[in-house]
Amino acid sequence: MHKKTPFVAALAAAALVLTGCAGGSDTADDSGDVSNDLFEIASNVDLEGSPTYDKMVEQGKIIIGVKEDQPGLGYLDAATGERTGFDIEIARWIAASLGFGEDEIEFKAIPSANRESAIVNGDIDIYVGTYSITDKRKEQIDFAGPYFVTGQGILVAADNTDIESEEDLAGKTVCSATGSTPIQNIKANFPDTKTTEFDTYSQCVEALNDGQVDAVTTDQAILIGYAAQDPDNLKVVGETFTVEEYGVGLPKGDTALRTFINDLFTDGGDVWQGIYDETLGVSGTDVEQPEVNNY
Amino acid sequence: MDVLLNNLDIFVEGFKNTIILFVVSAVLALVLGTIVGAMRVSPVPVMRAVGTFYVNLVRNTPLTLLMFFFAFGYPKLQLGNLSFTTLAIIALSLYTATYVAEVLRSGFNTVPVGQAEAARAIGLSFGPTMSLVILPQAFRAVIPPMMSVFIALLKNTTVAAGFSVAEAGTIRSYLAERGEPAIIVLLWVAAIFIVLVSILSVIQRRLEVRWRVAR
Repeated sequence: MHKKTPFVAALAAAALVLTGCAGGSDTADDSGDVSNDLFEIASNVDLEGSPTYDKMVEQGKIIIGVKEDQPGLGYLDAATGERTGFDIEIARWIAASLGFGEDEIEFKAIPSANRESAIVNGDIDIYVGTYSITDKRKEQIDFAGPYFVTGQGILVAADNTDIESEEDLAGKTVCSATGSTPIQNIKANFPDTKTTEFDTYSQCVEALNDGQVDAVTTDQAILIGYAAQDPDNLKVVGETFTVEEYGVGLPKGDTALRTFINDLFTDGGDVWQGIYDETLGVSGTDVEQPEVNNY
Repeated sequence: MDVLLNNLDIFVEGFKNTIILFVVSAVLALVLGTIVGAMRVSPVPVMRAVGTFYVNLVRNTPLTLLMFFFAFGYPKLQLGNLSFTTLAIIALSLYTATYVAEVLRSGFNTVPVGQAEAARAIGLSFGPTMSLVILPQAFRAVIPPMMSVFIALLKNTTVAAGFSVAEAGTIRSYLAERGEPAIIVLLWVAAIFIVLVSILSVIQRRLEVRWRVAR
């Protein structure tokens, strides 16, 4: 019996250290501002008939749903508390055009599977985070945009020469987020490919670095973000083999707000390009802004 | 109803894997738990110590951490390739076995001391005393708490969803991507779980009636 006492003590100490670290990051200062020189905070916002905008004014801030584990798109640096990425800057741009400064934005990290319910329940006002426009989702919510077009891509280890495109996936193990559209696509259209599913893409990237899986698949924009973060170990191969259009998720029926954001995207090409160049564009890729679809 | 019927492929696949995880882990946990439970009351101090150490270590570790170790730690040990489903079954069995062992230990206490003494008096050693006299009575005494352990196991299988095992816990993420309303999906998953648990409850009632120990 007394043999196990030091072991239990060690476990308890480890637990204390772990919780201590987690608690420490909460106190980090949230003062990230990257591209505020690209756009200005609007003062005379004229937006009639938008219940979502009325709600924002009433609560004195805009609540934006985002991702926080996707480098280059929507990323939260746990050490500094700073949010960076293309989607984050697009979100800041929309907020500014509605008259909300950095201190009047509340970012909320919402995982993919909870996005529709977060918008329907009013937990967030808008969602900006690799949110593909689909007809099925339009039954529950509305989309402004698209503000970015990408497609399913493949990420492999930098020294991998077996996999050059989706044609080479047979017999390999591919990882993506649990239940995500890319993994459902692989299961349906690439039956010879083995699949592994984790909650987040970061876990897949870790499994790739460990050699547990041969490739990670999801939207190429997300994969480029990971490759740009760790170019020594990771690379993106092949062309995109689906088309995903990222939109801004809005409560259903708020046509006034949807039109407002669509107009912003249409008229603000320079700002869009500036945001792109400062975030995803750093990886060296060059992309044109897609035309909005004001349905 | 549309949500269920239009996505029957996901629901059937998910609950099929849930039931496989449950049945295999339940059998393994019952066997392992019985052995550990017997070790904890054995006359050999080393066996008692090992049993106590195992129960306290594993039972006090959150299941998610145990799963995390098997899903991410085990492959790094390079002990051969096991599928994530196998690893999940091992984690669930090891975890549930500690509860089975503790429930059984409470069952041993319901068996009058005279029974063990009588068994020894007629010359039975520890093994036969356990398997012929004490365990059968102990098992019959602990059917309700034992069934609670297995109902908990059934629900615990959903933890494996985070570790690449496509069971009932993953249904929601799959259907969210298909654009189905999350609340309705969750209600269906909950309803099917209630049906499964009800089946276990019926089995429990049957066993209780049939195996009642007359005292």
